[in-house]
Amino acid sequence: MNQKRKIRILVAKPGLDGHDRGARIIARAYRDAGFEVVYSGLHQTPEEIVQAAIQEDVDMIGLSSLAGAHMYLFPRVVELLKEKDAEDIVVCGGGIFPEEDIPKLKRAGIKEIFTPGTPLAVVTKWVEENLKPRG
Amino acid sequence: MGIAEKIISGDVTAAAKLIRDIDDMVPEARAILKELYPFTGMAYVVGITGASGVGKSTLVDQMVTHLRKAGRTVGILAVDPTSPFSGGAILGDRVRMQQHSMDEGVFIRSMATRGYFGGLTQSIKGVIDVLDAMGKEYILVETVGVGQDEIDIVQTAHTSIIVLIPGMGDDIQALKAGILEVGDIFVINKADREGADRTVSDIKFMIEMDEKRYKDGWKPPILTAQAVYGKGIREILDEVEKHREYLTSSKERQSKYRYEKTRNDLVEMIKDKIVYEVLDDIIHSGEFEEALQLIMKRKIDPYTACDNIVLKKLKPGKG
Repeated sequence: MNQKRKIRILVAKPGLDGHDRGARIIARAYRDAGFEVVYSGLHQTPEEIVQAAIQEDVDMIGLSSLAGAHMYLFPRVVELLKEKDAEDIVVCGGGIFPEEDIPKLKRAGIKEIFTPGTPLAVVTKWVEENLKPRG
Repeated sequence: MGIAEKIISGDVTAAAKLIRDIDDMVPEARAILKELYPFTGMAYVVGITGASGVGKSTLVDQMVTHLRKAGRTVGILAVDPTSPFSGGAILGDRVRMQQHSMDEGVFIRSMATRGYFGGLTQSIKGVIDVLDAMGKEYILVETVGVGQDEIDIVQTAHTSIIVLIPGMGDDIQALKAGILEVGDIFVINKADREGADRTVSDIKFMIEMDEKRYKDGWKPPILTAQAVYGKGIREILDEVEKHREYLTSSKERQSKYRYEKTRNDLVEMIKDKIVYEVLDDIIHSGEFEEALQLIMKRKIDPYTACDNIVLKKLKPGKG
């Protein structure tokens, strides 16, 4: 019997940001959409996040940031994934960002950015439409 | 370098990907497990189980700290339940183990129970073999202690630790015939809470009642701990070592233990293989659907339908 591959996602809180209500709600929405979600907990360095993503063999990392350090933290995660030959792991971001940062983040390799007010269904649908579990 | 070789040399990415394949039941993973098998058998496997919220992850985290100080490498397998409605899962055990995330001597993997036809135990055994072949000296398997699947997992460990908290008095009686019977070590965590003494004596009573079972054998110690403050951890690891010595000190006992464990493992593996090979075929056959309709119309009883289908599949030509 062949089981279908499950999508695995790491939801991570990089940097000095103590607010994880949003990240938890996203984690819950992903679970309810049928994905396996690994939650990192607070105050993770990009190095720790990438290490966890590799050990857990996830298809995607969802970074949550409300504290303003996203312009360093998010691209750094993408960079480290490249260093570790794991650039096939998709990186997305969610949280509060100045409008002008969003195109910059996308240029830095963040696949999609979700801002406050995005319906949960949009967030989970994005995964269904854009992510294939890695073979 | 082949995948098996990479894993044996400690390659984290290769191991992580193979674990995914085992979990997703990719047939090719089995071939690699066969290659890895000669390099397994060195790790000591400790199972940690208990209801949610008793502090298993925190306890594991603290045990890892001690083992690392002693220079031991550790693999951690944290199992969390899959939602029966969506098939998804939130795996949050890493949160309590953050301090070890950059330590190269520690490999942490979260797994969901998924909805296997009993396949969880097989997957876990496969993953334990991967961590073992990677050279991890201790493998800590953390599960929520409910259901037969989890009792099976606990029994794959060399030493099983059952974690309880004060205030579970009556529950202990209810649990008596389940997971508690397979515990080698009992830990009452959050022991600063009211009722810790009572819980200790409840467990003690339960063990004494079962005196015959423990006669001339290993009598499970009952320890108290406050994992969040790192209290009582040393003592737990000491008991793990004592239990390990107990298992290995007598040749006779060791070979009996190995025989039973190997036998159980093989029985389980065969059972799973049969389910894997046969069940899917049956369920997707026209015959199955036909029988289903007949049962629903009450034209045939399910007992006869089942016998017909299974016997036809397993013993063609007969019946």
